[in-house]
Amino acid sequence: MVIARWRTASPNARREAVEGYVSLIPWMIGFLAFTIIPIGVSIYVSLTQWTGMEPPRWIGFNNYVRMFTNDPLFWQALKVTLGFVALSLPLKLVLGLGLALLLNLKIPGMNFFRTVFYIPAVISGVAVSLMWMWLLQPDTGVVNTMLYFAGIEGPQWFWDPDWALPSVALMSIWKVGGSAIIYLAGLQNIPAHLYEAAEIDGAGAWARFWRITLPLLTPTLFFQLIIEMIDSFKVFTEAFVITHGGPLKATYFYLLYFYEEAFQNFNLGYASALALVLTVIILLTTIFVNYTSKRWVYYESE
Amino acid sequence: MSQSKRLTVADIQQMSSASAKRFRAKKWARYFAAYAVMTAIAIVFMIPLLWMFSTSLKSRSEIFAWPPSWIPEQPIWSNYAEAFNKYPLGRFMVNSFVLVLGNTMGELVAVPIIAYGFARLNFPFKRVLFVLMLSTMMIPGQIKLIPLYSIYNQLKLTNTYVPLILPSFFGNPFFIFLMVQYIRTIPRDLDEAARIDGAGTWTILYRIVLPLCKPVLAVMIVFTFLWVWNDFLQPLIYLSDFYTYPISVGLAFFQGRYSVEWNMFMAATLVSILPVLVLYFFAQRHLIGGIASLGLKG
Repeated sequence: MVIARWRTASPNARREAVEGYVSLIPWMIGFLAFTIIPIGVSIYVSLTQWTGMEPPRWIGFNNYVRMFTNDPLFWQALKVTLGFVALSLPLKLVLGLGLALLLNLKIPGMNFFRTVFYIPAVISGVAVSLMWMWLLQPDTGVVNTMLYFAGIEGPQWFWDPDWALPSVALMSIWKVGGSAIIYLAGLQNIPAHLYEAAEIDGAGAWARFWRITLPLLTPTLFFQLIIEMIDSFKVFTEAFVITHGGPLKATYFYLLYFYEEAFQNFNLGYASALALVLTVIILLTTIFVNYTSKRWVYYESE
Repeated sequence: MSQSKRLTVADIQQMSSASAKRFRAKKWARYFAAYAVMTAIAIVFMIPLLWMFSTSLKSRSEIFAWPPSWIPEQPIWSNYAEAFNKYPLGRFMVNSFVLVLGNTMGELVAVPIIAYGFARLNFPFKRVLFVLMLSTMMIPGQIKLIPLYSIYNQLKLTNTYVPLILPSFFGNPFFIFLMVQYIRTIPRDLDEAARIDGAGTWTILYRIVLPLCKPVLAVMIVFTFLWVWNDFLQPLIYLSDFYTYPISVGLAFFQGRYSVEWNMFMAATLVSILPVLVLYFFAQRHLIGGIASLGLKG
């Protein structure tokens, strides 16, 4: 069909098509060289044993079998990562929305607060990690000092196996302004006349939130859920810089395990298998969330 | 609140002066409550940065004093000079700037051409290719690291900036999408008028369309700066020579080596985020607009 259309196309249309493909050449080269080929190679390498020095040795599905049946570290890394997702994701979604609702109040000077709350989101993970390491020092840290004056004995934070993961979650909440800005854009797209109509009908603030704001915000919520989830699966810097996965592997995030296997132990085959499993987990959860979205995401056109 | 704004002068005059006063008082009470809540949250959010600044000006004995004080007895500004002496911060920051520059160049060369093709030219399978391009954004980059690393390694390109800059010359899907959206808002009449005057496709791109794209190019440059400046995993993997480290890897390298000198260390960390903060304050309007329209984060 395409060929038939091509034969009948005018010289101008043909030239335009050629120019169109020419314009995509950079992207096509990049797509092949930096996406398709690496993924293909990665799948192959995951079926081998390879240190990078000698040629890869084919071992079939052994890496995957070992991962699922005989590798406590894999399960620990998975547990830590899923635990972090479960801990931080609801907090980030709810607090981000709360902050956005405040920022959406129609009072002068809101731009100033918007600017302030977004600052943490532009600072590098390394700088943020170092900063929180200092803030959460068990003895002299400012957080525990303030808790002390409030009559609470602060925990050992990153240095306590039970508190290390919540500490990383706390750090990620500091960056909640990043999500708030996206919610804010969603809030500002909700037509004002809906609120006016509801008010005339006597709906209070609470009812307006549950009946108008939340339903109309579900597309943004859905988008945020997916983005934040993928991000939470990919925590690396905090674990690498602050805890090195400790104490007692309490913050042994999945990507830290991947990094150590690949670039410290040079088990490239096994590390590729780890990366592939993470990709599949992310894809499956995304597909699952997408599948459930039909039940709870509201689209105006429907 | 919205209903208060919509009251007209006539409405207010109609009210008795007492109820108008009560109305105004209520409005101010609401404003006050909102500002109080926002200010409280803003202070909590800024405590970490303020504490970092305070620590950076303290003496070595004062940082471990108890109870700690917010304001240093005697601010020691020379901590900053010493931090520069102790860690090659200047070198690290220059390295980061070089990476930012290389990536910016790459994006500016590649993205406009690709975006123009998707936005303006017609060719078979355009939609399919566009969706394909967007879907690559979902793939976690880590899956590509090992193959890319071993390829660069065989080409003797590890420990150079090539692996960290080269990909930008093939277009970042986020930026391509952003620019396609933007070009679509530019009236096609301009292109067509130029075409009638005999301008070719590439002349139209560089003489007509691109000059109108300045706002979106600015957003691209700012994002590139933030991402490259803050990137950690990739330089960590590709670079092994200490003096080639960008600021992110350089800072992490010192952690643990001088763990007692938190005053120096906080000074160095603060210096490392300063370029980002400065850029942010100048560009925040564009930046936040770009984030909101795309759903991107820093």
